[in-house]
Amino acid sequence: MTDLIAVGTRKGLFLARSDDGRRTWAVDGPHLLAQEVAAVSIDTRRDTPRLLASVLYGHWGPTVMRSDDMGASWQETEDGAIRFPEETGAALGRVWQLRPDTLERPDVVWAGCEPHSLWRSDDGGDTFALVRGLWDHPHRPTWQPGAGGGAVHTVLPDPASDRITVAMSTGGVYVSEDGGGSWTPRNKGITAQFMPDPLPEYGQCVHKVAVDASGPDRMYAQNHFGVFRTDDGGISWTSIADGLPADFGFPVVASPRTPGTAWVVPLVADMQRVPPEGRLRVHRTTDAGETWTEVGKGLPDADWTAVVRDAFCADAQDPTGIYVGTRDGCLYASADEGDTFDLVADHLPDVLAVRAATLP
Amino acid sequence: MSVEVVLPGFLADLAGGEKHVKVEVGDDRTLAAVFDLLAEGRPLLDRRIRDETGALRRFVNVYVDGEDVRFDQGVRTPVADGAVVQVLPSVAGG
Repeated sequence: MTDLIAVGTRKGLFLARSDDGRRTWAVDGPHLLAQEVAAVSIDTRRDTPRLLASVLYGHWGPTVMRSDDMGASWQETEDGAIRFPEETGAALGRVWQLRPDTLERPDVVWAGCEPHSLWRSDDGGDTFALVRGLWDHPHRPTWQPGAGGGAVHTVLPDPASDRITVAMSTGGVYVSEDGGGSWTPRNKGITAQFMPDPLPEYGQCVHKVAVDASGPDRMYAQNHFGVFRTDDGGISWTSIADGLPADFGFPVVASPRTPGTAWVVPLVADMQRVPPEGRLRVHRTTDAGETWTEVGKGLPDADWTAVVRDAFCADAQDPTGIYVGTRDGCLYASADEGDTFDLVADHLPDVLAVRAATLP
Repeated sequence: MSVEVVLPGFLADLAGGEKHVKVEVGDDRTLAAVFDLLAEGRPLLDRRIRDETGALRRFVNVYVDGEDVRFDQGVRTPVADGAVVQVLPSVAGG
């Protein structure tokens, strides 16, 4: 059994493997050298596990690469796996999220893209179709780009129903209960300090959303200021930021195994995107955000870096592994739910995406 | 009529290794038509040069007989018989 960490960076993809139960890691790469890899997924639902990578060439535009041999070779769909229909007049800017659906839908993969759009693949990521229900939503023209661009960056399909939750910057949280046909904003209680109405129906800059292990109705949101929880599928959100040293940040990760457990990586503020006091730390809740505990022994002091929205993930092991990639090119791994971290790699390009899986 | 498309090494790899590609142009004598014909059988090459709307990618520069088409008519720039269309990566990267 091999544990794999896929690390997308500004200048390529790195892979870290462990064959000793996550105690030591061997890093190889860069794969896809000099290309930005803003999203990566490890699809273990297939007979042969597949890597999918969002690639952005500096000159030559965006594409999706796939590898069925763990990075030894890469293929792409010649006409483009993601290609806006001509009548939209739009062009793909960047793929921000590649999300394999659940075991119940083994060929389905979702992509969240810039400009704000959601895409569905029914062939494992070879080709994607634009989800017109979201693209044609009357709100879409008013969704504004965040600093990194306007995109759907989070896609959360529910394994037990046709519910799909997406999050975007900006725009906020939208939910479809019919597989993507129709969408409603679900942001009540999430603040937007950059808008005249701090509690708008939509338009929030939700940085990341994670689904609790208890089921799809409970989710956590790391917002552009504010950390929130919903217990009703996003219909209403309440602040769970008390106890954190700062309520700004990008990622939030929920335990895939333990209800009520989640992790965030606070940063001081939008205009100070550094850890409080220059100490990179993870904060963990085990009671759905009622209380938070600073964890992360082994993470650096005097480190004025940041962790972006997809550079933080959990694996499905017991105990849960937590993986942190930083903008200063470090990768840290914890095999004990965040209590302690080991440095897996450093001096990488800035880390944009981290995903972990156990290969059969 | 025919025009010659000159590709940088990275893109030549997507054209069977050819850095100089002859394209036979019909009645539509525009740069867009040249790229449409170049794209036949080479969709990956086309995607590196143009996005799906047909626009030149931001950091791809194209010169027709030495003139930057961005200062002419972009992809609607006329091409004459024997023209040389040169594709170059711009000053960018990382």
